[in-house]
Amino acid sequence: MTLTTINIQKVPERQARSEGNFYNTERKNALPGMNDRVRRLRKLSVETQESLSIERALITTKFYKENYGKYSEPVMRALNFLEICKQKTIYIGDDELIVGERGPSPKSVPTFPELTCHSVEDFHVLNSREQQRYTIPQADIDTYEREVIPYWKGRTMRERIFSHVPLEWKAAYEAGLFTEFMEQRAPGHTSLDGKIYRKGMLDFKKEINKHIQSLDFLNDLEATDKLEELKAMAISCDAVIVFAERHAELAEKLAKEESDQQRIEELMEIARVCRRVPAHAPQTFWEAIQMYWFVHLGTITELNGWDAMNPGHFDQHLQPFYEKEIAAGTLTREQAKELISCFWIKVNNHPAPPKVGITARESGTYNDFTNINIGGVRSDGTDGVNEVSYIMLEVVEELHILQPGNSVHISTVTPDKFLHAACKVIRQGHGYPSVFNPDVYIQELVWQGKSLQDAREGGCSGCIEVGAFGKEAYVLTGYLNVPKILEVTLNNGIDPLTNNKVGLETGNPRDFQDYETLYAAFINQLNFVVDQKVRVSNYIDQMFAKYAPAPFLSVVIEDCISKGRDYYNGGPRYNTNYIQCTGLGTVTDSLSVLKSHVFENKTFSMDTLLNAVAKNFEGEEALRQRIINRTPFFGNDDERADGIAVRVYNDLLAAIDGKPNIKGEHYHLNMLSTTCHVYFGKVLGATPNGRFSGKSISDGTSPSHGCDTHGPTNVIRSLGKLDQVKSGGTLLNLRFVPSLLKREKDIEKLAHLIRSYFKLGGHHIQFNVVDTATLLAAQACPEDYRDLLVRMAGYSDYFNDMNADLQNEVIARTENEAF
Amino acid sequence: MLPLIFDIRRYSINDGPGIRITIFMKGCPLKCQWCHNPESQSPEVQKLYTASKCIGAKDCIDVCPENALTLTGEGIVTDYNVCNLCGKCADVCPTKAIEMSGKLFSTDDLLEIIERERVHIDQSGGGVTFSGGEPLMHPEFLIEMLKACGDKGLHRVVDTCGFAPTETLLGVARHTDLFLYDLKLLDPELHKRWTGVDNRRILQNLRTLAEAGANINIRIPLIKNVNTQMDEIVKMADFINSLPGTKPKVNLLPYHNIARGKYQKLHMDYNHHDLEEPTQMDLDNVVAIFRKSGIETEIGG
Repeated sequence: MTLTTINIQKVPERQARSEGNFYNTERKNALPGMNDRVRRLRKLSVETQESLSIERALITTKFYKENYGKYSEPVMRALNFLEICKQKTIYIGDDELIVGERGPSPKSVPTFPELTCHSVEDFHVLNSREQQRYTIPQADIDTYEREVIPYWKGRTMRERIFSHVPLEWKAAYEAGLFTEFMEQRAPGHTSLDGKIYRKGMLDFKKEINKHIQSLDFLNDLEATDKLEELKAMAISCDAVIVFAERHAELAEKLAKEESDQQRIEELMEIARVCRRVPAHAPQTFWEAIQMYWFVHLGTITELNGWDAMNPGHFDQHLQPFYEKEIAAGTLTREQAKELISCFWIKVNNHPAPPKVGITARESGTYNDFTNINIGGVRSDGTDGVNEVSYIMLEVVEELHILQPGNSVHISTVTPDKFLHAACKVIRQGHGYPSVFNPDVYIQELVWQGKSLQDAREGGCSGCIEVGAFGKEAYVLTGYLNVPKILEVTLNNGIDPLTNNKVGLETGNPRDFQDYETLYAAFINQLNFVVDQKVRVSNYIDQMFAKYAPAPFLSVVIEDCISKGRDYYNGGPRYNTNYIQCTGLGTVTDSLSVLKSHVFENKTFSMDTLLNAVAKNFEGEEALRQRIINRTPFFGNDDERADGIAVRVYNDLLAAIDGKPNIKGEHYHLNMLSTTCHVYFGKVLGATPNGRFSGKSISDGTSPSHGCDTHGPTNVIRSLGKLDQVKSGGTLLNLRFVPSLLKREKDIEKLAHLIRSYFKLGGHHIQFNVVDTATLLAAQACPEDYRDLLVRMAGYSDYFNDMNADLQNEVIARTENEAF
Repeated sequence: MLPLIFDIRRYSINDGPGIRITIFMKGCPLKCQWCHNPESQSPEVQKLYTASKCIGAKDCIDVCPENALTLTGEGIVTDYNVCNLCGKCADVCPTKAIEMSGKLFSTDDLLEIIERERVHIDQSGGGVTFSGGEPLMHPEFLIEMLKACGDKGLHRVVDTCGFAPTETLLGVARHTDLFLYDLKLLDPELHKRWTGVDNRRILQNLRTLAEAGANINIRIPLIKNVNTQMDEIVKMADFINSLPGTKPKVNLLPYHNIARGKYQKLHMDYNHHDLEEPTQMDLDNVVAIFRKSGIETEIGG
C-alpha cells in the first residue's frame, strides 16, 4: 500500500466557515438544515466585514456638549440613551424576521467615547490589522478627530481611572500580573430571568412610578438619589419603546414599497410585533424572541458592558409560547426553528466593540460572549429540557457561527436523550456546546448566599461564570496571572522581563532550604498582588456607580427598582465581584518541578534550574526534557501533582474569597482564562515546568498543554479533587481524536464521561475534537500535544511517538473520519 | 509468577461494554503476521527506541554497564549480544526515546489502579478487560485477578486467541463475564502459515466454551487476501452458526498498517508479506455475508 501524503505547508480551511457547516449530503443522518432565508441571512452575517460606526459617538458627544451639568448623572445617561434611540439609523434587512441592530447595519459596531475614546491612531490600526479588523472610512476618522476626540479628552472613564491609580498598581498591571476588565468597558453585564416575558416596559414604568410615589424624603436620606435613578429608569423604558416603534414605522414603509406578497405580510407582522414589544409583555413566540432582542440591544447600546448580555435559560423562557402556539396551530416547529435561527444570526451580527491597549492584547476576539443556556433545571429543581431545547441544538449544529456561544446544562434529572443529542453536536468539532453541571453550580450559588430558588434560576454566562440570572450583578474584574506571581517570587519581587520591581521582596530563592519556605514566599506574593488588584477594582466600581450608571439595565434586574438603586450601585438583589485565576496547570507543574527535583530528589539545584529558566533553556534541552518527561504533572491522577494543585486552589480561595466589595458583598474566585492565557504567556518568561518564554500558560483549570498523558478519565479525576463548589466556575478543555467518537456507542461513552465528571463535582467541560489543523500543529510542536493518543482497532500509540510518514497517514485518516 | 504488563489503557471503549480499563499482558503463543502490538509477543522485557525523540544526550551510553550502546547517524544503536536489558538507559533518557516494555505489578497494585476508574465504570456499566498478548498464558495470575475483580462487583472481560489448554480456559471461564474470542482463519494450513500455530485447538476450545454456556463475542481481524475471501468468510459464518448456545456477536477489526512504527521501535521486520488493508467493498461484503447468515455483526471493537 502506498502512503497517503498530504501537503503539510497549508492548513486546510474548514469549509464550514464560509459555507455553513453542513451535513455531507451523502451521509445518511442529514437533517433538513437551514432554509433559504436562513442561508441568505447567515451568508450576509458571516461574510460582512466588521466595521465601525461613529453615529452613536456623534449623537452622544453632541448631547453631552449641550447638556452636561443640567441633569443628575442617571438622568443624563438615560436622556443620552433616549437621544440615541430617537436618532440612530434603523435597519431592517431583506429576509429578516427578528429586527434591530446596535449599529446602522450588520457587523457595524458603535463606539462609546464616554468610556474609552479611540484615537486616530487606534482607528488606523483597527482599519488595517489582519486579525480582528474593523474597517472605518477616512472621512469618519476625520469627523471623529474634529467632533468627538477634543470633547472627551481627559473626560473619559478610562482617563479618569488611570489618572488615579497607584504607581505600584500600574507597574504590576503593565508587567501582566493581572488585567482590569473595567478600565475601558463597563462592568460585566449579566443574564436575564423570565420577567421580560411577563411584563412590558409600560408595566415596568408603572412599577417605577409606584416606587417614586412611595419615596420618603423626610426619613430616607438617599431619597433624592433614588428619585433621580428611578426617573432615569422610566426614561430608559421610553427609549426602547421609541426604538421599537421606529422599527414598526420602517417596516410599514418597506411593506408599501414591496411587491412580493409574502414579504409584505412578513413586514406587516414585524410592524405589529414591534408595536407590541417591548412596550407590552409578549404573547406569541415571535414576540417573545423580539422582546428579548430589544432588551439585549438596549443594554448594549446604553453602555458597553463586558460580556454583552445573555437571555439566560432561553429555551425555558420560550417554551410556554412555543407550546401554546403549537397547540393553537398558529406556529409550526419549522417556523419556530426559523425564528430561532434568525435570532442566532442577529447575535452573530454583533461583534464586541474594539478594545485597545493591554485589554486588546488579552481579549483579541470579535466574540462578545453571549452564552445561551440550554437545558438545565427549573426553579423547582425539575428538568428544564423541552422541545425548544432540541430545536436550539439543531440550530447550533446547522448554523455553526461564532456567536452566540451556547451551552448545555446536564443535571442528574436531565434525560440521557438530551445529553446524547448534545454529544452528537459536540462530535461535529465546532467547540459548541460546552457542558455545565447545574447540580454543582446551584451549590456554588447557594454557598455564595443566594436563595435556592434564585440559584436554580441561575446558570452560566460569558465563559463559565455563574450567576443568579436576572437578579445579580456579577462583575468580572480581571484575570490573575498566577504563574507570573511564581515568576516574581523566584526573582525576589522583580519582573525578569523588564527588571522592574513589581512585587514583594520575599527572599532569594537560592537561599531557600525547603519547599515550604518557597511556597510561603509564593503565597505572600500572591496576597500582595491580589490586594493591589482588589484596591483598584473597588475604586473603579465606585467610579462606575457614580459616573456611569446603567438605568436601562437596572430596569430588568431584580430589586433595582424597589431599592431605587442602579445596577452598578448595589441595586441588584446580589452583587458579586469575581477575580479570574489563570494558569493552575502551569503553576502546579512548576511547583512540582521545584518540589520533586530541587528539594526532594535533588536531581538538580535551584541555581541550575533558575539559570536554565533565565536563559529560556537555551543549551539546556536535556534538562528541559528531563523536566517534561520525569516530573509528576497535573491532570494524571497523580497525587504528587494534584496535591499541589488543590493546595494552590485553596490558597487562591483564601486570598480572594470573601474580601468585601463596595456594595457590601464579596469577591469570589473564578478559574477561567478565555483567551487571556495567551497574553499572560507572552508577558511571562520561561517557567520551571519546561515551558518556553512567551508560550501560552495553561487555560482555565485544564492541565498544561499536552501534560495529561494518561487519558481523559485521569484528567477528570484530577480535576475532581478541587472543591469546585467554592468557585464561581472552573473550565476544563479536553481534546479528542474523531476516531473516539465514531459510532453511536462511542457517543454514549462520551456522555458517560461527562456524567462521571459531574458526579465528581465538575462545573464545566468542553471538547475539542481534533481536526487536521490540530494534528499539523502537533507535528510542528510535539511537546504541546503529548496527550494525543491515536487509537485504531487493537492498536494505540501516542501521536508524538509516531514517525512523520505515519503521522501523515493518521492525518489523512482523520480527514476522512470527519463527521 | 507474575506476568509483565506492557500497557494499561483507560477510557478503553472498544474492549467490551461501557468505559473500561484494559490490562495488557506480555507474551503470546501466536505470531500473527499482522500483529498490531508486536511488543506483546515476547513474555520478556523489551527495549523500545523512538529515534525521532532522541536528542543525542548520550546519558544512556554513559550509564550502560555493558557498553552496549553507540550513537550513530541513525540514533542510538544497541548491541543486543551484550545488552542485558537492565533498563538503566531508559531510566536516564531525558526524552523517553528509550523505554522498556514490560513492567511487573503486584495484584494489589493493579487492583488499586482499577479501583481508581470506579466512577467511570459504575456510570457507564463498564469494567475490566484483560488482554495481551495472551492473558491465558498466565492462568494463575489471571484467575486471581478475575476473582478479586469479581469480589468487587466489576464486570470482567478476557480477550483471548483461544490457544491454551482447555482446562485453563474453562477455569478462567468460571470467573469471566464475557470473552472476546479471536477467530482468524478456519483453514488449519493457512492459519498455521499466518499465525504460526494450528487452529484445531482454538476452534475446539471455542466450541467447548460455547457448550459451557460462556458469554462470547467473536473478534475477526480482517486482512485483505488473507481472510477476506468469500469462501473463508462463508466457512467462518457456518462455524459460528454451528456453535451451541446463544449465538455470539461478531466484531470485525479491519487491519491497518499504522502499527509498523512499533516494529521499527523494536527493531523487528515488518510486513514482509505486503499485507493490505481491506477495502470498503471487502468490509461491506463480509458484513453482508455474516448478517445474511443471521449473525449480529459490527465493524470495530
